Amino acid sequence: MKSLKALQHALADAGHQIDILEHEKDLPLFTDKMKQAGLLPLHPTQPEIFQVNVGKMCNQVCKHCHVDAGPDRKEIMTKETMMLCLDVLANNPSFKTIDLTGGAPEMNPDFRWFVSEIKKLNRHIIVRCNLTIILANKKYHDLPEFFKQHAIEVVSSLPFYTQDRTDRQRGNGVFEDSIKALQMLNTVGYGMEGTGLLLNLVYNPAGAFLPPSQLALEKEYKDALLERYNIQFNQLYVITNMPISRYLDYLLVSGNYSSYMDKLIQAFNPVAAANVMCRNTISVGWDGYLYDCDFNQMLDLKVGCSGSDHLSNYSSSAISEREIILNQHCYGCTAGSGSSCGGAVA
Amino acid sequence: MANHYYNAEDLGKFGAIGEYQKEMADKFFAWYGEVFKDSALSAREKSLIALAVAHAVQCPYCIDAYSSDAYEKGWSESQMMEAVHVASAIKGGAALVHGVQMMNKVKSIAM
Repeated sequence: MKSLKALQHALADAGHQIDILEHEKDLPLFTDKMKQAGLLPLHPTQPEIFQVNVGKMCNQVCKHCHVDAGPDRKEIMTKETMMLCLDVLANNPSFKTIDLTGGAPEMNPDFRWFVSEIKKLNRHIIVRCNLTIILANKKYHDLPEFFKQHAIEVVSSLPFYTQDRTDRQRGNGVFEDSIKALQMLNTVGYGMEGTGLLLNLVYNPAGAFLPPSQLALEKEYKDALLERYNIQFNQLYVITNMPISRYLDYLLVSGNYSSYMDKLIQAFNPVAAANVMCRNTISVGWDGYLYDCDFNQMLDLKVGCSGSDHLSNYSSSAISEREIILNQHCYGCTAGSGSSCGGAVA
Repeated sequence: MANHYYNAEDLGKFGAIGEYQKEMADKFFAWYGEVFKDSALSAREKSLIALAVAHAVQCPYCIDAYSSDAYEKGWSESQMMEAVHVASAIKGGAALVHGVQMMNKVKSIAM
């Protein structure tokens, strides 16, 4: 399977995606919903999370991927851009958590150097590890040990605790390798009580439906993974699929776009809307541009502060005072209990 | 006026039944919501029961709603189909067990 970009698919163009979201179906405007909730314009709170997309290269090609990541994507953050990240972090201590994502972030050749440099600034690091990368090549087999040495919090997608649903979304063989990788992480102490090594899993629906209750599903995951594979983990984050990129393609091709958008809109929750992750997060693209979130990044919607939309001209005051850029895809973060990179928000 | 009896979009209008009798509709929806909460049975278990009952009562709206709900709550395709078989077995059995009544009647009138 290739990325939309490699296929020269129309949806590889962010502008085309936005056009579909705005015009494919006559939907109430997200900005009107936010206005009714007293949340327009939406401003940031205290910046706490510095999320860095270190590249779109990945060993997997998942059907729902909002990044359109895959082995054929060559966009990778350079060491020079990582150094710009480090400068911004050194000057902005309010960023307590550095969230490294991709693609498979570990495939960036400077990933380990970047992690070591961030640790020197005494920050908490999250790595969004797809699990299978640990087994993809011998050079990655020691990742669990590397994560442990740097006290990294590992957040990993496991769409379900059964092979069938996981492989349908993430590709054949992914479930089996994910289970092996989770066992390797458990072996070094991740997810085990008393170690302090956090291993959190991410559920996202394998289809055109919304996620169930985070708390109830976490219990099922814990029971099933322990009983069947002797695997332990800390928390389950339940995430709603965003109607962009490959998931948007799936919705359109399967004829589910209209009903899925209706579901998101009917489930709009003002409490979730007040707690959306873009309020305390800055998302950095592989080329150093700044966005309100990873989804806006993939739609090429840069932060709304002219003159400060890149690491090289970062202005903490401009970032703090900006208006967050909203569009129709934002319904994905405000449905039901809400959705963020850390799961439900309401 | 539609020229057919069932329309998938009507499911989304269920809440509007209160337009003609609000008090009873409000009570029904409050009770309905309470029934499906986690309690002695989990919401997940209740969803699978609802799916089976939906088939037994042959309600297309309920089948749509609880096929999605049960799948969302993590039941697999084979588990859902087994639940439908349970409903079907009870319906089939309910018809067949009346065969005893037929036999009783025949035996009472036959020489």
